[in-house]
Amino acid sequence: MTKVSIHVTLKEGVLDPQGKAIENSLHTLGYEGVHDVRVGKLIEMFIDHEDVEAQVNVMCEKLLANPVIENFTYEIEEGVAQ
Amino acid sequence: MKFAVIVFPGSNCDRDMYHAAKDALGAEAELVWYQDAALEGYDAILIPGGFSYGDYLRCGAIASTSDIVTSLRREAEKGTPILGVCNGFQILLESGLLPGALIRNKNLKFICHFEELIVNNNETLFTTDYEKDEVIAIPVAHGEGNYYCDDATLNDLIEHNQIVFTYKNNPNGSVADIAGIVNKQGNVLGMMPHPERAAEKLLGSDDGLKMFTSMLKNWRDQYATNA
Repeated sequence: MTKVSIHVTLKEGVLDPQGKAIENSLHTLGYEGVHDVRVGKLIEMFIDHEDVEAQVNVMCEKLLANPVIENFTYEIEEGVAQ
Repeated sequence: MKFAVIVFPGSNCDRDMYHAAKDALGAEAELVWYQDAALEGYDAILIPGGFSYGDYLRCGAIASTSDIVTSLRREAEKGTPILGVCNGFQILLESGLLPGALIRNKNLKFICHFEELIVNNNETLFTTDYEKDEVIAIPVAHGEGNYYCDDATLNDLIEHNQIVFTYKNNPNGSVADIAGIVNKQGNVLGMMPHPERAAEKLLGSDDGLKMFTSMLKNWRDQYATNA
């Protein structure tokens, strides 16, 4: 079975208030060296299809990522037991 | 004039929108469940606020893939007036019917209060009853109303006079204080503030009613022209 892991991240320059809040919390915990925290999403799925890469690209463009504010990358692993 | 109010699972301002069109304005209105994808025969379409599909993935993203949005696109091309408020705005952006995106409020808070808006463009069929630069009081209620677009899109919006409403005191971090925009064709308007919640004096403001009266007046003018 083919496993796909899709990472959706905010584009550079798009404000990430959630990342900022996490960064402030980490500073409170004493991790002073932490900066530029950004929060993204990990979407995992299994696909039963030949043309996985082409499908995943279209899925990301159509739904999983919003091209106005987000970028996406993905990893495809063949022969994974579910 | 007959309004359609689209209802998605998780819409929660649908009754308010229906009430504003039917009772405050006095026009015909129908609630249309999203699976009954037919949108023909309505003179205007209202997409209400709420949390369609629980805001899963991104606000409005799941709703934008539903069949009714295909009908909505068809109506948009035909020139039918479409007003999306709050989650309705998010759905219009996710559908690509309007440019840009809405992200988390700058201060991370869900904000729910009256805001002063400036009517930047009173020449759309939704805003002709306002004066240019009129300041109106309309409530906002959102956690993700921070409008974002890149500089090229912003310049394009400014150039074509597509920024209809701006915040007097930007509450959410929106680019260029944007509260509402219209498409180039002029028939699709999206905004975060809720005019349907300010359609009667009893609600603290009836400044939102003029959006509905503008739509009615412009529909009548068009009807008289085509009759």
